[in-house]
Amino acid sequence: MKGKLFLQGNIACAEGAIAAGMRFFAGYPITPSTEVAEWLAKRLPKLNCIYQQMEDEIASISAIIGARWAGTKSMTATSGPGFSLMMENLGYAAMTETPIVVVNVQRSGPSTGQPTLTASGDILQAMHGSHGDYEVILLSPNSVQEMFDLTVEAFNLSERYRVPVLLMSDEVVGHMRENVYLPEKVESYDAPLSEKGIDYFKADPETLVPEMQVFGKGYNVHVTGLTHDERGYPNTNEQDVHSKLVRRLCKKIIDNAEEIVNYELSYGEDADAIVIVYGAVSRSAMETVLKLRKKGRKVGLLRLITLNPLPEKLIRKLTRHAIPIVIEMNLGQIKKEIERISKRKIYFYGKIGGELPSPEEIEEFMMRVMKW
Amino acid sequence: MRREIRFGGFGGQGIVTAGIILARAAALYENMNALQTQSYGPEARGGASKSEVIISDSEIYYPKVKKPEIFVCMSQQALEKYFKDFSGILIYDSSLIKNVSMEVKAYSIPATMLAMKKLGKTIFANIIMLGALVETTKIIGREALKSAVLESVPRGTEDLNMKALKIGFEEGKKALEIKNGNSRKDC
Repeated sequence: MKGKLFLQGNIACAEGAIAAGMRFFAGYPITPSTEVAEWLAKRLPKLNCIYQQMEDEIASISAIIGARWAGTKSMTATSGPGFSLMMENLGYAAMTETPIVVVNVQRSGPSTGQPTLTASGDILQAMHGSHGDYEVILLSPNSVQEMFDLTVEAFNLSERYRVPVLLMSDEVVGHMRENVYLPEKVESYDAPLSEKGIDYFKADPETLVPEMQVFGKGYNVHVTGLTHDERGYPNTNEQDVHSKLVRRLCKKIIDNAEEIVNYELSYGEDADAIVIVYGAVSRSAMETVLKLRKKGRKVGLLRLITLNPLPEKLIRKLTRHAIPIVIEMNLGQIKKEIERISKRKIYFYGKIGGELPSPEEIEEFMMRVMKW
Repeated sequence: MRREIRFGGFGGQGIVTAGIILARAAALYENMNALQTQSYGPEARGGASKSEVIISDSEIYYPKVKKPEIFVCMSQQALEKYFKDFSGILIYDSSLIKNVSMEVKAYSIPATMLAMKKLGKTIFANIIMLGALVETTKIIGREALKSAVLESVPRGTEDLNMKALKIGFEEGKKALEIKNGNSRKDC
């Protein structure tokens, strides 16, 4: 599919995956992510690729990790309850530095919550849901176009940094349909394979990212969730081996943050108040900001596209003079991060219950806290 | 300018499809920005169903409909459920909605009855309603709607859908002539 189209967010995500070179999808359909699986079940067989319906979400993420080690770019898509089930092997993918993409079209939790309604309550879980120290990349789309673009980006980042990338969408963006442009060809990146076929956990000292190796090329590829040495073999007793490995897993994301981070800043220069948002909420907030600007209010908007890592320097710079206002569809998850980074009091508006905050209620909140 | 349209009915009538077709027509054949959403309850068939469309020549930020100016309604239950924040033109299927108690500018189109009588299947009623919508409100052009219908319907049903659309255009024209903006009580 290409050109000017009118598509649903979830379908644009599926098409983005195909464009990025995904050839294997394993999943267990769940509202509101189901259309990703449904669309790929139709599309992939026609492209001689594989759609695999799994028995649950634990198996889904396991299958895509295995597929990637067999040399095939792969993805799964889920929502809250399924995402929780994936946590164990998300850690496994982080530990084994497996480039995979997990799509989470968020609904209200905890537990089965509100299956058909929107939320963004899984952000901290996405960052820290598996045990141990690790870093993964989180992306947050706010349009159908970005469901396509950021899915492509998710694959490229996962391959470049050998890390799971989580596309943190939500019900509003996943289910809405709007104008979208799908290019003829997208830029796609593949993790390079190590020439010697060994040391595929030995990182480049600059990037901290090792080259990859896959099964079936004649090498004894060994992949384990246990603490391992640079050849991939377990070494679970030596403090140094563990410390070096796990610190590198974190540092390869933190130290490369400037390369990874993506955001959109509007009216940042002279702002007295800076609204920090992401995902569907950013669309409501943008409407509010445009309206307030017309009224002469000095308000800016920072839309986070990457939720991990965050543009920390920029956030510090912006919040030095402008009052930080965070709006989320949860009870304050990214707010905690902004608080930590800015060391300032955050004015927070959190809406839960399944409805996107409207521009009017955001305006009312801002007028109140800014005493305008 | 931002224009907001609501479609309501019961699950199985093609309410969501109608919204998608209108939005697709505006997006692909009128060079506008369009955005379609749907109310998404746990029920599939039978329950009240809603689909909403925003059409604009500038960027659409907030993706939900705030105050629709057109309401295309195909069931009594949906009329009662989704009428509250609406003010503008009501276009309703008079073969299924017998009682419009609200004071509102309304066009009555017996879509389901006509679909059954002229095309043999009630399933085309949503396309008749779309034709009537475009004819009465001129929200998009006829040709754009035709193209979007052809692109959206299953292969092999194009002729019947084009007939449905034609019926819709005719009915819309009739409704315009009869009423020309009078209140519903007059129809």
